[in-house]
Amino acid sequence: MSTAEQATPSRESARSAQRVRRVAIIGNPNTGKSTLFNALTGLNARVGNYPGVTVEKKTGALAPGLELLDLPGTYSLAAHSPDEMVAVNVLLGGLDGEPRPDLVIVIADASNLQRNLFLATQVLETGLPVVLALNMVDAAKQAGITVDAEKLGAALGVPVIPTVASSGEGVQKLRDAIQVYLGTAPPQPKWTWPEPLAREIGALTQALSVDRFLAARALIDEGGAAEDVLCKKHDAARAALAQARARLKAAGQPPAKLEIQMRYAWIAQAIGPCMDRHPTGARLTDRLDHVLTHRLLGTLIFVALMTLVFVTIFVAAEPFMDQIEAGFTWLGKRAAAAFAGTSLEGGTLQSLVVKGVIAGVGGVLVFLPQIAFLFCFIALLEDCGYMARAAFLMDRVLRFCGLSGHSFIPMMSSFACAIPGIMATRTISNPRDRLTTMLIAPLMSCSARIPVYGILCDTFVPHEPLHGFLPALVFAAMYFVGILTAIPVALILKKTLLKGPTPPFVMELPPYRMPLLGSVWRRVWDASKAFTVRAGTVIFAITVVLWALLYFPHSKEIAVKYEDQRAFLRAEDLPEEETKARLAELDKQEAGAHLRNSVLGRAGHCIEPAVKPLGWDWRIGVAALASFPAREVVVSTLRIIYDLGPEEGGGAEEEGDGANEAAADGAAEAPPENADLAEKLQASTWPDGRKVYTLPVALGLMVFFALCAQCAATLVTIKKESGSWKWAVFTFVYMTALAYAGALLTYQVGTALLG
Amino acid sequence: MRLSECRPGQGGKIARVEGDGLLGQRLMEMGLIEGAEVKVVRVAPLGDPLEIEVQNYQLSLRKAEAERVELEP
Repeated sequence: MSTAEQATPSRESARSAQRVRRVAIIGNPNTGKSTLFNALTGLNARVGNYPGVTVEKKTGALAPGLELLDLPGTYSLAAHSPDEMVAVNVLLGGLDGEPRPDLVIVIADASNLQRNLFLATQVLETGLPVVLALNMVDAAKQAGITVDAEKLGAALGVPVIPTVASSGEGVQKLRDAIQVYLGTAPPQPKWTWPEPLAREIGALTQALSVDRFLAARALIDEGGAAEDVLCKKHDAARAALAQARARLKAAGQPPAKLEIQMRYAWIAQAIGPCMDRHPTGARLTDRLDHVLTHRLLGTLIFVALMTLVFVTIFVAAEPFMDQIEAGFTWLGKRAAAAFAGTSLEGGTLQSLVVKGVIAGVGGVLVFLPQIAFLFCFIALLEDCGYMARAAFLMDRVLRFCGLSGHSFIPMMSSFACAIPGIMATRTISNPRDRLTTMLIAPLMSCSARIPVYGILCDTFVPHEPLHGFLPALVFAAMYFVGILTAIPVALILKKTLLKGPTPPFVMELPPYRMPLLGSVWRRVWDASKAFTVRAGTVIFAITVVLWALLYFPHSKEIAVKYEDQRAFLRAEDLPEEETKARLAELDKQEAGAHLRNSVLGRAGHCIEPAVKPLGWDWRIGVAALASFPAREVVVSTLRIIYDLGPEEGGGAEEEGDGANEAAADGAAEAPPENADLAEKLQASTWPDGRKVYTLPVALGLMVFFALCAQCAATLVTIKKESGSWKWAVFTFVYMTALAYAGALLTYQVGTALLG
Repeated sequence: MRLSECRPGQGGKIARVEGDGLLGQRLMEMGLIEGAEVKVVRVAPLGDPLEIEVQNYQLSLRKAEAERVELEP
């Protein structure tokens, strides 16, 4: 408030004269940093990327003219993963176009003070004003730990504000402290560096005439962010650093060890008088872990939990999906009604609006509830602390394919969408592990496969045995197809292209916490919004292009030919009933002729020989081709194909004026989404009358979509994160080959077994 | 004795952390420094990794990494 008042008299001039001041917030993972960020900025965060790197940059307004910048969570300023590098680089002012912040908030977990203060002491050396937010003081008190904030502040030489970010307690005091300490002198660290290290840092500072903090970090963190910054500034830096390190090592004084021991030693003696510790019996976390990481029980709970998640997504989302489906059916009817009686009736525009846009976008948006549910589970599991336990349980398994438990969270996220999963690999500091995880992440069945699995499972997997649970089981099995394929792929990658020593697995097991509804909701909202925007833009554009590829060239020759035949028919003196029937037959034939003649229809026929061994007809071929931009497009492609196209040969009785009728039927029986499409698929036949979609074909198609790389956005993300198109192309080629082989195997073996 | 040889509930004072590379640095940063008290809390169902307690918090690391941590006799 006070700044607003100060700014009022000459706001304009103040704005232009004074740049926006920036406060950065940094802290260990699992300290409630995001929650505090949200509490300080409200709901106005802007999310972007740092220039040149793909680390997410989140900023929000703290007060007028004051911006809050969220730095990636880190345990130390000795940065090695890309996330940590960015955090250090921002504090150093080493990123282009990113001025150094004017103040740093360090957030520390009150119940884990020693380790949290380790980072805090490093930040205190940056030469920037610091305010320490002592967070989760309530949880600490429950665990029998009380911290005297004033004494701690005096010991550190910075203001210490106790907070409970989740309830907003102390947040206003933190705001006030920020305003007070902006522009003040930076704290003076009270610890003394061990002699050999202090001497070398002093010498470097003088020789290169740089900041002491920069020189110290560059010397200690070999290959880290500070070394980069320093070497860019000074040609002589590299040699000077190497010599200094060599001298210290020769003296048996490795710089990192000296620094770390100095800090922990100082922290231990400094916090003694500030902290009161009376652990209250066995902690809840410990009791929970006793069960949740138990040899037998823990494993069973893990498997049960993962199964529950997917069965729930399948079942609980259904009523919502029915609603969305009904909404779009209604919209389609209204649109068709609006065209009726106008000169545009039955023309290109009506086809585009009703069959292209409404049916296409509706067919994709219907999966929004499933995505929302999945992200809800991921946010819950992550926020309550179970994700780390899952990594703990799964590390041995992931190590089997040369990875570590760190890869578990990116993999788990990839079940929602490979894009956030691939982005989550930034927390893996080993580059080979990171790349391997990135390359196998798209094998995890993402939400875009749900429509494909969903419609095929519902339509072709018998409901009878197992009381209707068989489709859900097949659905779950598809997830295992991806997982079981990923293991050998990772193993081969780690043994060949990405060979190297096994990296360490050092991971905190944070205390269990009650997830905050607000932050869970935010994750669900963000994911749903992103998906809806994608459906409204990229997928919308693709849908329109697809409609066009299926509609055009819409040859005049064909139209004229059928018009002639109609005129000829009308001229004949037949009973009215028969004329009607034969006219309808002509309409179907004309539509079929247009489709076969369309750009995509021709392409589909061209590739039919290649996909016939998979049991696919040209329509499935077309749908698979058209789904390159995004897997979920396959459903809208099939919709367009079947809405526009009559059956060839035997399936004619299924025809009629398509979607509306079928949907109306469907509404009475209340079947799941895309019931109209499901009916069309079931009725689809080869020219000789055999059904196209037998169970082996449906299973093979699901395996194909489980393993294929039909997602342009994923490939673009791999390119961005790996820094090279090479890996994106590699992913597409290997996954497509696997998908084809998998579908071939499934169809051939399935047909041999099931007939 | 090394940390990797401890059974759940066992532990002691750290005498030495081997390795001066990135791994050694990471272990020390997480609080596994000379003189610190450490104990094994439990072992993952598949025999690895370990859950340990150090600096009053819980950390998970593999046996291969715990082998670098030597305890005072």
